[in-house]
Parts: sequence; C-alpha cells; structure tokens
Amino acid sequence: MFYGVDLTSRLMLGTAQYPSPAVLLEAIEASGAEIITVSLRREGVAGAAFRNILSESRCRLLPNTAGCHTAREAVTTARMAREVFGTSWIKLEVIGHADTLQPDPFALVEAARVLCAEGFEVFPYTTEDLIVGEKLLEAGCRVLMPWGAPIGSGQGLRNPEGLRTMRAHFSGIPLVVDAGIGAPSQAAQAMEMGLDAILLNTAVAKAVDPAAMARAFGRAIQAGREAFEAGLMPRRDMACASTPVFGLAELA
Amino acid sequence: MRIDLNGEIVRTQARTLADLLTEQGFDAPCVATALNGDFIARSMRDATRLDEGMKVEVLSPMQGG
Repeated sequence: MFYGVDLTSRLMLGTAQYPSPAVLLEAIEASGAEIITVSLRREGVAGAAFRNILSESRCRLLPNTAGCHTAREAVTTARMAREVFGTSWIKLEVIGHADTLQPDPFALVEAARVLCAEGFEVFPYTTEDLIVGEKLLEAGCRVLMPWGAPIGSGQGLRNPEGLRTMRAHFSGIPLVVDAGIGAPSQAAQAMEMGLDAILLNTAVAKAVDPAAMARAFGRAIQAGREAFEAGLMPRRDMACASTPVFGLAELA
Repeated sequence: MRIDLNGEIVRTQARTLADLLTEQGFDAPCVATALNGDFIARSMRDATRLDEGMKVEVLSPMQGG
C-alpha cells in the first residue's frame, strides 16, 4: 500500500497531546494502527518516557517535518529524522499559513524533489489540488496526503467533492486523508469514498477516553473500507419503495 | 567561545560538534544535529569544527502528529 509495505490497518495515529505516555500506549493498541507519527524537537521533559514507548510499540514510525515553513527547514529536518529514526519514510509538511496551517504547495514540491532524489519515501501533506498532486508524483512521491480540514480543527471533510475528484484522478495512488478529522463518522465517510487511509491525532488525543476513541476510529475506518469494497447504492433524488408493489392487497 | 545551542547562548570549550555533545551531556547516538540550518551526520561530527556564534540544533525523538 505504501512504498511496498502492506498493512492491515488503514489508520495512522499521531502521538502528540495525550494526557500521559501510558494513555498514548493504550490508544495505539486500541486503534490497531500499524503506523504512528513522530517528530524531532529539542529535548523536553517527557522525552525519555516517550522513547520507551517507541521501543515498546511494534508500529512502523513515520517522522514528520511539522512546524517547518520553508523547503530548506523541511529538508534539514527530514535528513535529521532519517538518521535518528532509521527510516526513509518522511511525512513532509511545509506550512504556508499560520492560522489555517495550510501547506505551502510550492515549497512542498521543491522539498519533495530534493528528498525523493536522496532516496526518501515521501508522504506529502497537501491540499486536494490536482496539479499540485501531479507535481508531487513527478517529484517521485508515491503517496498523497490531502487534508480533510485545517489541522486540529475537527471539521471533517471540508471539500468532499474535491477529494472525490482527487480519488478519480489518481486511481492507483494511495491517498491518505491527513488532518481535520474530528469524529469516526467523518473518517468512515472518507473511506466510503475510496480513500485509502486516515491519519489523525487530536480527535483521539483530546477525547475524554482516548483509548476508547482510538478503538472507535479503528472500527469506523474498517467499516468505511468494507462499505467502499461492497459498493454503495446510487443516490436518488426521489423515493423508491423497497417493498414490492406486486401482490399488494386492494383494501380501499 | 560562545555559540547558540538550541536557542540559548552557551559558553563552550569544545572545538568540534562531537566534543560539544559530550561536554553538554547529550546522549550522542540518540540525537540528530544541525549546524547553521544544515544537517550534520553522526559520522561528520568529529570533523565539524565550531566557530564563535554558530547556531547548533540538537534534536531528539518526540511526540508528533
């Protein structure tokens, strides 16, 4: 599914903002996720406890370049992450706007070109723009991660038609909805549309019971995928009786 | 000499990036380093000399979304 790696779970879970390392670990296990996202920061207070979790968890790591605003910062961060985490995978974020945390598509493509040429396997956080998507593929990306809504906003799919168009345009390219998902129903909606996976963090980390919410998301994503594979019925504008008219009694 | 280490001005006797990590008590195999915004690989830390006013970042694995 992603750069030659096949996975059972279609949920990728972020590891930030949990009330404690123990709760994070419970949430990872309850979610069924096989990929977790991580970052590089100056050493903080909870650093050691977090590294213990990384060694305990069997998940594959997806380091991010969160907080980078230029291609150069993102490229340097990616190189640092490859050495520390021992993986060529990188979730490439180049933020263009402070309020929306919308990606800067120009710097994103520029950084993706550099990193792909250096052998990185890039997961670019992008918008639903088709041309940006094409440029990212040209740069060497084999996955696209369109946003659902601004990071941490919990708004769900702000532009479902745009994502539907993207799905149709990039058939065969894994598409991951990254950011803005607030509820399991929103994740299921994306999966029913044929998107391949969901990356989320805040909706689980900030739930009253993160582990229970992680489980709910895991199930919703699986249900959405099964529904997509089963083939949804076409939508109609008018009613259409489901009980046969043939054999209806004349009682009037 | 004085350098900028993770956003703080630090006085150091270290001549190289490798020496600086040892002097400042970092767990060298577990961190990644950058000098003036460029990545410095582990294998290059011994050969990377420090100069007055250089900006060093020493980063560790942390939580991320």
